[in-house]
Amino acid sequence: MNLALDLFTVSALSAGALFFLAGTVGLIRFPDPLTRLHALTKVDNLGLGLVVLGLLPHANGPVGALKLVSIWLLVQLSGAIVTQLIAGAVRERGPRE
Amino acid sequence: MTILFFADVGLVLLVLAIGASTIFVRKAFDAVIAFVVYGLLLAIVWVRLSAIDVALTEAAIGGGMTGMLLLGAVARLRSAELDSPRIGLRVRLAAGFFCALVASCLAGALLLSPKAIPTLAPAVMENLVHTGLGNPVAGVLFAYRALDTMLEKVVLLLALLGVWSLAPNDAWNGIPGLRVYERPSSTLTFLAQVLPPVGIVVGIYMCWVGANEPGGAFQGGTILAAMWLLVIVARLERAPSIGQPWLRIGLVVGPITFLAVGLAGLVLANAFLGYPPGYAKALIVAIEVTLTISIAVALTMLAAGPPKQEQQ
Amino acid sequence: MSDATLFGLCGAALVGIGLYGLITNPEPLRKILAFNLLGSGVFLVFGFISRRAAADGFPGDPVPQAMVITAIVVAFAATALAIALVQRLLEQTGRATLSSDEPVSADKSNS
Repeated sequence: MNLALDLFTVSALSAGALFFLAGTVGLIRFPDPLTRLHALTKVDNLGLGLVVLGLLPHANGPVGALKLVSIWLLVQLSGAIVTQLIAGAVRERGPRE
Repeated sequence: MTILFFADVGLVLLVLAIGASTIFVRKAFDAVIAFVVYGLLLAIVWVRLSAIDVALTEAAIGGGMTGMLLLGAVARLRSAELDSPRIGLRVRLAAGFFCALVASCLAGALLLSPKAIPTLAPAVMENLVHTGLGNPVAGVLFAYRALDTMLEKVVLLLALLGVWSLAPNDAWNGIPGLRVYERPSSTLTFLAQVLPPVGIVVGIYMCWVGANEPGGAFQGGTILAAMWLLVIVARLERAPSIGQPWLRIGLVVGPITFLAVGLAGLVLANAFLGYPPGYAKALIVAIEVTLTISIAVALTMLAAGPPKQEQQ
Repeated sequence: MSDATLFGLCGAALVGIGLYGLITNPEPLRKILAFNLLGSGVFLVFGFISRRAAADGFPGDPVPQAMVITAIVVAFAATALAIALVQRLLEQTGRATLSSDEPVSADKSNS
């Protein structure tokens, strides 16, 4: 049982790390602020979600698991709002660099 | 050489690279962004050093609040971005040599430090049970070095007085000129309506849980300040004018409670800032609550800046 | 090399980098950034001392940690005051630098 949980954790964390890597490569390589924002949201939602999912078996009971999930939700909320605000600013002023 | 060691090496290299880019990059805006990232990475370093309270403080104040101040400053100074004359190459080489010397002397002192560093940890833990706290850092902050914590709060107030005194004469008692979001934005309004309730709960929780686990008044107060600033920036509330009585009472309630407990300790426990036995935990919690309120108000006002327009 | 020593050396390097930035960067805002960098390097050295002073099964000495918390807050207060001063300087003189040289005009700047 422990081995299965550990395997699950390792695979979920690796998948999450893969999404982090993909998002970072997108941030560096994409030409446009809007496309870069698109790459970053993958990091926020899927990357962090997979990491949180992988850590859930090792959390401190149900309260600890709830805290982990609420961290993910808060990051998603702030990430989505900030993405909208930056995209709005880019659309108004035009891409600056 | 475990995997964790290589992860640490990678983390250190990242921190040094981003720190260096803060100094060497051309534009001020890029430097400020790098500094915010640097603050957050440093929080991870503090976790690796088993200092969770410090990691929370660094992420909140070092990364978040300082980053906010600097971003506001860069936005205002953008209009005055001049190409200041760069320092000559010889001066830079000399400065680089001198700094490398300082850094290597410091590194040498670290590497040559004795195997067994004199430690106060056993003394702290031995007497912690008398204070009723479970978090040794909170014990140090509020019981052993309570004078430092009280004076630190006074330093915050002094800095605030300094910032307020920079107001033009006719704007005294006016409203701080915090840059708010100019266009009405429904997304920002949504965030400023949804996040502050959560943030307030988290801030109060962090202050409360600091007695037994990592957390504390400073970290909780910073989160409360951040929520208030979010509400002001989203234009759901105006920044308060600095002459408001409730604002000034909120600022001083923390230090005054601390001072009152300290002076009472002269009478009841034979020492300034001593706690009478049995009442230590209750007094410390009372101090922490009022201190959280004062810190939240002080940090908000520090980030809001000097008053810009008259009170209306 | 234990993990604490690695981070202590990182702190020493940051002190050097921050000091260099403080000396060579003419703009006040960049000096404030360098000052913060210098400060955080010093805090890391404190963290090294705290971690190395782990004894009797405790993960670290809490006294340097409490000092670093105090120092972070005080550094923030100093930064806030410094930034307010720089902004006031900008309002009063129209320039954000303390140099008394003639400013190079903005259109010559390379951005």
